[in-house]
Amino acid sequence: MTPTARVWRYARPALVLLLAALAVGVPLWLVLATSAKPQGEAVKPNLDLPGHWQPAANYDRALSEGEMVRGFVNSLLVVAPSVVLVLVLGAGAAWVFARRRGRLVSAAYALTISGLLLPPAVITIVMELRQLGLANTRPGMIAVYTGMYLSTSIFFMTGFIRTIPLELEEAARMDGASPLRVFARIILPLLRPVIATATIMVMLYAWSDIFYAFFVLGGGDKATLPLGLYKVASAQLYLNNWHLVFAYVVVMSLPMVAVFLIAQRKIVSGITSGAVK
Amino acid sequence: MADTAIRTRARAAGGSGGKRGGQRKSVGRLSRAAVHHPWWFALPAVVVFAGFFLLPNLLNFFYPFTNWSAYHTGISFAGLDNFTTIADDGSLLRAIRTTLVYAVLAALFQNVFGLVLALLLEQDTRFNRFFRAVFFLPVLISALAVGYVFQALLDQDGAVNQLLGTDIPWLGSTTWTMVLVSAIHGWKWMGLAMLIYLAGLKGIPGDMLEAAKVDGAGAWRTFWSIRFPMLAPAVTFNVTTALIGSMNTFDIVQATTGGGPASSTEVFNIYMFRVFGQGLYAQASAMSLVLFLVVVAVAIPLVVGLRRREQML
Repeated sequence: MTPTARVWRYARPALVLLLAALAVGVPLWLVLATSAKPQGEAVKPNLDLPGHWQPAANYDRALSEGEMVRGFVNSLLVVAPSVVLVLVLGAGAAWVFARRRGRLVSAAYALTISGLLLPPAVITIVMELRQLGLANTRPGMIAVYTGMYLSTSIFFMTGFIRTIPLELEEAARMDGASPLRVFARIILPLLRPVIATATIMVMLYAWSDIFYAFFVLGGGDKATLPLGLYKVASAQLYLNNWHLVFAYVVVMSLPMVAVFLIAQRKIVSGITSGAVK
Repeated sequence: MADTAIRTRARAAGGSGGKRGGQRKSVGRLSRAAVHHPWWFALPAVVVFAGFFLLPNLLNFFYPFTNWSAYHTGISFAGLDNFTTIADDGSLLRAIRTTLVYAVLAALFQNVFGLVLALLLEQDTRFNRFFRAVFFLPVLISALAVGYVFQALLDQDGAVNQLLGTDIPWLGSTTWTMVLVSAIHGWKWMGLAMLIYLAGLKGIPGDMLEAAKVDGAGAWRTFWSIRFPMLAPAVTFNVTTALIGSMNTFDIVQATTGGGPASSTEVFNIYMFRVFGQGLYAQASAMSLVLFLVVVAVAIPLVVGLRRREQML
């Protein structure tokens, strides 16, 4: 082993620890420590230990003032249906696009994956939803999210279905299975790894989204968690309540962190296998 | 991502050019395909996508030429008024410039951070697996929350000045704030880039690296001559998604600077949000159309370039 290699053997983990401490440790500590401070100490968002610990009071206030429970339910009510629709509609389309040939099919495929690159036209979405009577409604928000993320799911699923041997379907068909049955019994179960990844990615994007939620849902009683955070943080200008902002951030982030911890291995393998072929 | 899209499109074009009889399976296959894979399976997705993604984008070619706003009851044709307004007050060029600078810097930071992390955490040890998860944490936090965290970190009374013992208004410079905000964007997404680079590194054949070692190549030489070129597909994917994604940025900028100081970080979406809030809908729509065109102008050469490179490989 060369001398540089020997030094590197110890320098590498040391460097990793240093980077992790600075890049993730410091922000994480700031959030957790500040969320436990009284307002007087939190005015200056520094890394000092809380002089007086009051996490329970802060989290309680963030929950009630930020209307977090309602925000959580509201988020769930738009994110969950969007994820299901993106997956189910996406899988159906991907099956047809992967198995059928012809100019029309490839045109439809190219069109539906154009959302991978093109930005959603958020201003005219509002116009359209108003005319449909869907402005400021959950179905409107669900439709917008579904339209936005369908491209991603169709793209990944089409690529995946092409790798599934056609013989599997044919065998089921010999036994007299209808297309719906073949789809539900053969294709959907095999799609599981892609479905896992797509679920995570769509959930992540929709759960964090504020831009489109602003335009479609607005503030109001249908406000999702990010809209609630924005409201709490906008009051920050006048009240300097970093302790509440960060208590909100912690609670809002927990579901996604939990999902990641549960499905970590699937997420990692799904993301990496889908991206680089 | 784009690679596969191109490949499939090319294959589909080849199939239709070769006539039906030229296809792998026998004639009559097509009608049976129609029975086995009925088109109505694709219909709901196509309808939703067309209705809530394509149609708004088409409408976006109409409303910018009207006087649609909160101050009129009707909507009438207004020619190029909205475009002359945003061109004359300088916001058009500024939005294009800030968005492109942001996108390029964010893509750069995200990829450099991600690649460095991937190289540091390449070996599959328990230590490394743990720290991969640690560096993935920012991906899981909403971008808005990330913005607030960094607003607090970079506050004049905040943690960074405390650590460095300085008193710098980090988010107050009309030049450097842009760099900082795009670096925050890179920080937020570096975990995703890292995972993709890790997969790319894993895909490099071991005997290739062995051969380089036998030939006496050092770690540095091996990286630049073999590993980095072999990472091309991962670089392609990461750069494309980072560029396109960051042109659509809103949350991080809104939460850190709100477009300031002196509009130096006012990207397209921040402008649209502000002007829409003022009730100037058609003007916001005009900016939205320009964003669309800018994204297309960046994406098409990018995709064409990738296709060309793929043919060389």
